[in-house]
Amino acid sequence: MSEVTKEVQEQEKTQVERTRSTNIYTPDVDILEKDDSIIVFADIPGASESSVNITLEKDVLSIYAKVEPEVPEKHQLLRAEYGVGDYQRSFTLSNEVDREKIEAMVKNGVLRLVLPKAKEAQTRKIIVQAG
Amino acid sequence: MLWTTGLGRFADSFDPWAQLSRMENEMNRMLSRYTYPTSSEFPAFNIWGTPDQVVVTTEIPGIDPKSIEISVAGSTLTVRGLRDPEQMEKGASYHRRERWYGKFSKTIELPFTIEANEVEARFSKGILSITLPRSEAEKPKKVTVKSA
Repeated sequence: MSEVTKEVQEQEKTQVERTRSTNIYTPDVDILEKDDSIIVFADIPGASESSVNITLEKDVLSIYAKVEPEVPEKHQLLRAEYGVGDYQRSFTLSNEVDREKIEAMVKNGVLRLVLPKAKEAQTRKIIVQAG
Repeated sequence: MLWTTGLGRFADSFDPWAQLSRMENEMNRMLSRYTYPTSSEFPAFNIWGTPDQVVVTTEIPGIDPKSIEISVAGSTLTVRGLRDPEQMEKGASYHRRERWYGKFSKTIELPFTIEANEVEARFSKGILSITLPRSEAEKPKKVTVKSA
């Protein structure tokens, strides 16, 4: 395990159960880290801006996206290769994130989450002074 | 059911390898009644139908709708597209990289001739939905019997 992979660790288990009766899928994500922020991309087809719920509690970031299945009227399902349901995934953030400045955007079924690092957490350059 | 027999097959019927993969698809389809549906091809299609038309839906989030290419010939439908990887900025590093990217192409055969001029496609919230009406000429006609 390199240093960077520890930065964002996925929570193995979700303790909270849902009451909504629907399938829940784990979205595919890309997570990349820059000097000043962490960016999360998640594929959540079928979900829109208004149906995505993002929470940050202590250091746990949770993404929950509700999907209203769109069924063509009076059509019969002849072949199903994929299932439709909500999306859920949680991550543990080890870097201090500036909560006030978290940005989320959904476009064409992709969630883009920008988590800016708090000032203290950004790498500081220490100047060694000559004696 | 009459409908399901021709679905999910490749269009190129003279290639022996296609025959083989057709058999594999056939097997997968039979087995999928008992297990989860397996799809050997990307992207996954859900197919809905009435006697007059078929609606194909597929989840391809993050795609520029302009890059989606849909072509219809006879009874086959081909969907092509491309998803570019996110632009890497300088000094950025990936912790996780699970999302797919690249080109894809998928062809399915429907059990009827498609009315090519009336095919409609819509892309919303990362889901592509294609409506394929059955060719007017192929629709069953009701014949009234005249009494002498």
